[in-house]
Amino acid sequence: MSGSVLLLALLFLPLLGALVVAFLRSDDRVAKGAALGFSIAELALVVAAWAAYDPAGDRIQLGSSAEWIPRFGVHFAVGVDGIALVMIALIGILVPIVIGGSWNDRLPEERTAAGFYSLILLMQALMVGVFAATDVLLFYVLFEAVLVPMYFLIGRFGGARRQYAAVKFFLYSLLGGLIMLASVIGVYVVSGNQLGSGTFDWETLVATVSTADTSTQIWLFLGFFIAFAIKAPLVPLHTWLPDAGAEAPIGVGVLLVGVLDKIGTYGFLRYCLPMFPDASRELAPLVLVLAVAGVIYGALLAVGQDDMKRFVSYTSVAHFGFIALGVFAFTSQAQAGAVLYMVNHGIATGMLFLVVGMVIARGGSRNISDYGGLAKLTPVLAGMFVVAGLASLALPGTNSFVSEFLVLIGAFPTQPVFTVIAAVGMVLAALYVLWVYQRVMQGPLRGNAVLGLAGGPGAAGDPSSEGLAARLASKVPDLSRRELAVLAPLVALVLFLGVYPQPVLDVITPSVDATLTELGVTDPVQEGN
Amino acid sequence: METFLAVQEPLAASGVAEYGWLLIALPLFGAAVLLLGGRRTNAWGHLLGCATVIAAFVYGLALFLSMTGLPADERVRELHLFDWIPVNALNVEFGLRIDPLSMVFVLLITGVGALIHIYSVGYMSHDQAGRTGAENTERRRFFAYLNLFVGAMLVLVLGNSFVTLYLGWEGVGLASYLLIAFWQHRPAAATAAKKAFLMNRVGDVGLALAIFLMFAELGTTQYTEVFARAGEMPTGVLLAIALLLLLGACGKSGQFPLQAWLPDAMEGPTPVSALIHAATMVTAGVYLIARSNPIYNLTEDGRLVVTIIGALTLLIGAIIGCAYDDIKKVLAYSTVSQIGYMVLAVGLGPAGYALGIFHLLTHGFFKAGLFLGAGSVMHGMNDEVNMRRFGGLAKHMPITFVTFGLGYLALIGFPFLSGYFSKDEIVAAAFAQEGWRGWVFGGAAALGAALTAFYMTRLMLMTFFGEKRWKGQKSADGREYHPHESPASMTVPMIVLAFGSVFGGVLLYSGDRLLGWLEPSLGAVAHPEGGALPHSVIPFLVVGLSAVGVLLAWLLVGRRPVPATAPAQVSFPVRAARADLYGNALNETLFARPGTWLTRALVYVDNRGVDGLVNGIAALLGGSSGRLRRAQTGFVRSYALSILGGAVLLTAALLVVRFT
Repeated sequence: MSGSVLLLALLFLPLLGALVVAFLRSDDRVAKGAALGFSIAELALVVAAWAAYDPAGDRIQLGSSAEWIPRFGVHFAVGVDGIALVMIALIGILVPIVIGGSWNDRLPEERTAAGFYSLILLMQALMVGVFAATDVLLFYVLFEAVLVPMYFLIGRFGGARRQYAAVKFFLYSLLGGLIMLASVIGVYVVSGNQLGSGTFDWETLVATVSTADTSTQIWLFLGFFIAFAIKAPLVPLHTWLPDAGAEAPIGVGVLLVGVLDKIGTYGFLRYCLPMFPDASRELAPLVLVLAVAGVIYGALLAVGQDDMKRFVSYTSVAHFGFIALGVFAFTSQAQAGAVLYMVNHGIATGMLFLVVGMVIARGGSRNISDYGGLAKLTPVLAGMFVVAGLASLALPGTNSFVSEFLVLIGAFPTQPVFTVIAAVGMVLAALYVLWVYQRVMQGPLRGNAVLGLAGGPGAAGDPSSEGLAARLASKVPDLSRRELAVLAPLVALVLFLGVYPQPVLDVITPSVDATLTELGVTDPVQEGN
Repeated sequence: METFLAVQEPLAASGVAEYGWLLIALPLFGAAVLLLGGRRTNAWGHLLGCATVIAAFVYGLALFLSMTGLPADERVRELHLFDWIPVNALNVEFGLRIDPLSMVFVLLITGVGALIHIYSVGYMSHDQAGRTGAENTERRRFFAYLNLFVGAMLVLVLGNSFVTLYLGWEGVGLASYLLIAFWQHRPAAATAAKKAFLMNRVGDVGLALAIFLMFAELGTTQYTEVFARAGEMPTGVLLAIALLLLLGACGKSGQFPLQAWLPDAMEGPTPVSALIHAATMVTAGVYLIARSNPIYNLTEDGRLVVTIIGALTLLIGAIIGCAYDDIKKVLAYSTVSQIGYMVLAVGLGPAGYALGIFHLLTHGFFKAGLFLGAGSVMHGMNDEVNMRRFGGLAKHMPITFVTFGLGYLALIGFPFLSGYFSKDEIVAAAFAQEGWRGWVFGGAAALGAALTAFYMTRLMLMTFFGEKRWKGQKSADGREYHPHESPASMTVPMIVLAFGSVFGGVLLYSGDRLLGWLEPSLGAVAHPEGGALPHSVIPFLVVGLSAVGVLLAWLLVGRRPVPATAPAQVSFPVRAARADLYGNALNETLFARPGTWLTRALVYVDNRGVDGLVNGIAALLGGSSGRLRRAQTGFVRSYALSILGGAVLLTAALLVVRFT
């Protein structure tokens, strides 16, 4: 199979899956099974695409293009660089896990598994498209289109305040997108002025728009930047995320925070930096302020949360701060670290989300204060919580350490002050992870959710007694085989990428180098320095 | 500027050393099997845990012997394993540095580690609910964490770059966290573990920033290149790196101002206190500074700060140690104080690096022995730690008494036991400093010796001598005390460590055996001329001061009965010492309370404020604030305007910056 066919297959297989699954309304089990089958087939295609991609090869590979709206020079054009490839791989890994993780979720009344899993697969197809698009208008269309399945997934299948959260999410993203549309038209006009006829072709735009004068670049940059900063999200445009993260079903939350939000940071790398290099360099200090503010602010807010899902969302705000710092520090180490961070955050935070979901599935409450001492009942779940937590606080040996370390060590030579402030986030990360772990898992058995299962808080008697633990043991089972199977690949990835990240870095680094060349900067620390 | 003998350039590892990775792989394999195997490994997990560490020790011994066969200038070896984090100019290798310094640590970690593993088989034979054998899940988990610790600690000392050191550094922090919180249903244990991890992370940030500086200045984090080119860095950068590394050392080694976590860490099982929080992990800070000697050699100011921290900590630890009634906390503050000695020593530069390591080794023997002894006492006393409940235990547990007593004598520097050599050497080196430094640092070290003798004698008297204050009393769980000697699996390791405490000093000291051995890693030991006091009077001074401390303790504790509850009406110094010299109160006031307040305020602001601010700006733009306030349930116009408001705000900010 040639490369371009592979990429098209990656795009259309989940779309086909979404269609097929949508018709399997009569039997939930069949629908789930079919969805899982499609997602695993997609993962196999990802492996093939990974093998077909040559890190030392062209800037954009596995590409193909067809005319779409000839009048405006719009093409259905796709292709990947290393950055897009690792993101597509991340989706490929996460979707089967999400399907497995949502397997026993109770759906709201009158909703079928067919609807849910069909939307998941549709979202997968659109997200692959967003990362693979090499035509800016196609990117824009897919960028907006992703909102539709996500809106329905939150609004139809979410928690109590799902309508509120879904609308908030939708409007933040939609309006960000509209601002971006202005800039998309802008780059078309600029390219038209320079070339005679306008184009949406990414590579041509990089070559032409980047030569525009700085103030034009700044206006166009801002349109893209705001859309991406909402998506990523950077402080102060982050307030939609905790609501969406809290109300979304766990599996949808994993995809939202794990992949969908990365469209923002990916957009910085793919569109802001190469197309508007002068503007990027000019405005970098301000973006860095937002990035570092996010690291500290997100972490402090995570410390203060009582809702476990909001907690995970706020940790992500902090992590996105690190990613933005890596992108805008303009060194290859920091930027490669940022891309790796995008992958690792999907794995680590995805796992944390799933683990938190497994706690909630047992206790029926999202509030940390309703739990306590669960480790006594569910030692394996507690162990998984520790692994996910350690990956979230970037302990060396876990995948996240490599990326956080690269971001910070790479940013330090150009941005020492911002790096030092962000490093404080390392301490805060330890605080928020361990404190939540302590409250949920450690100490004596306590909390309404836990004691309620034993027959109400009044029935507790001596809460530390073995008797209570014995009564609860049957009501609060440890991880099932399905849950173990869902988490096991994530644990393996956390450890493997922590010890041997080289295969991924080898794919990322040349694309990052190309981005920095387009940006017109060189590393301050050179080999043999 | 003085010049010192540089550390040796490494050669490629060959022969036995090519399998150096086994040292790390063995205990990690044990940990993996025990953690993944789950309950199925309950029955034999502890045996596997012991076997992997003993195997690592045997291999380490073979490696050590093969190294002794090499000429001194061929003993520094590197073993490249794979590229860990390669991005352009940055290439963090995963490799091992097998040299005299790391070998000393390998033998200490696997040797003492093996003994403590064996001891734990007995110590952990019952879980909290009294289950034994295959029912006892706790012991299997305990051995998994202990194996994990040994693996991480070996990464720390064997890694060949500052980043691999950092990997082990935080790895042992994790093991320490898991083991302090081992009985995690106890809130105090969970809190202590979290505190330990957090205070360590503060130090870790220092270590991380030092690594970032090295990369920015030299483009590398590998020991070989950093050490060879340390001189290229400007003085200010060298000082900054030295201080940041010191911050890391303070976190891990419980040095001022990050000492408060270590006494709390005694919430963990006693073998953990012996291995991690006395003999090995907490000395990692000393290792870090000694290993970075080519950097510290170049910055006299940096070394001075290290010395000050060491001197200050050794006094703080010793003073607080005098006030506690909890046997493990006294030993913990003793550890803080003794590591203060080591830090003081390595702060003296080439005159002290090897002396710090020497004291680290002897301390590893006697303090591990003392902790195992304390554990044995607790084992026979229903896990009681309050010394006011002890008394007259010598008769009931003779082996514990003798081995503990030998450790005690070694610690207070009884002539010709191990602590006598290693501590005297540090006091002498401190007094040998020029001018005021000699008097100040030498004085602090000597005063510390007197305090050490006082608090340890107090501990001995309260535990093993005098009235049997436990008679007729009941422990917290309602059982009567029936003190008894511990089983052989516990006493044998204590006996071995007691041997080390007695003979370790003279064996390592005679013929400059250890100091000469360490030369390829640390450079030759410098013997500065002059100074405050000559070397020859030091033994008399230290032994004399220690005798005063012993006598004082006897006058205060041994001569008259010990009250069963601590007297409440005490002088200010005692109150201050009982309150950890207000270290915790200071942390609470400076960080914990303002931090809690800040997060609460921010949560409020984020829920109302940030959304509100964005909404407010939108309202201004839209001129329809009344409707917006009602639109909190999420309607199109509200959010449309709020995002627009946010975007305008951001754009304005970006443009203001650009156009000013």
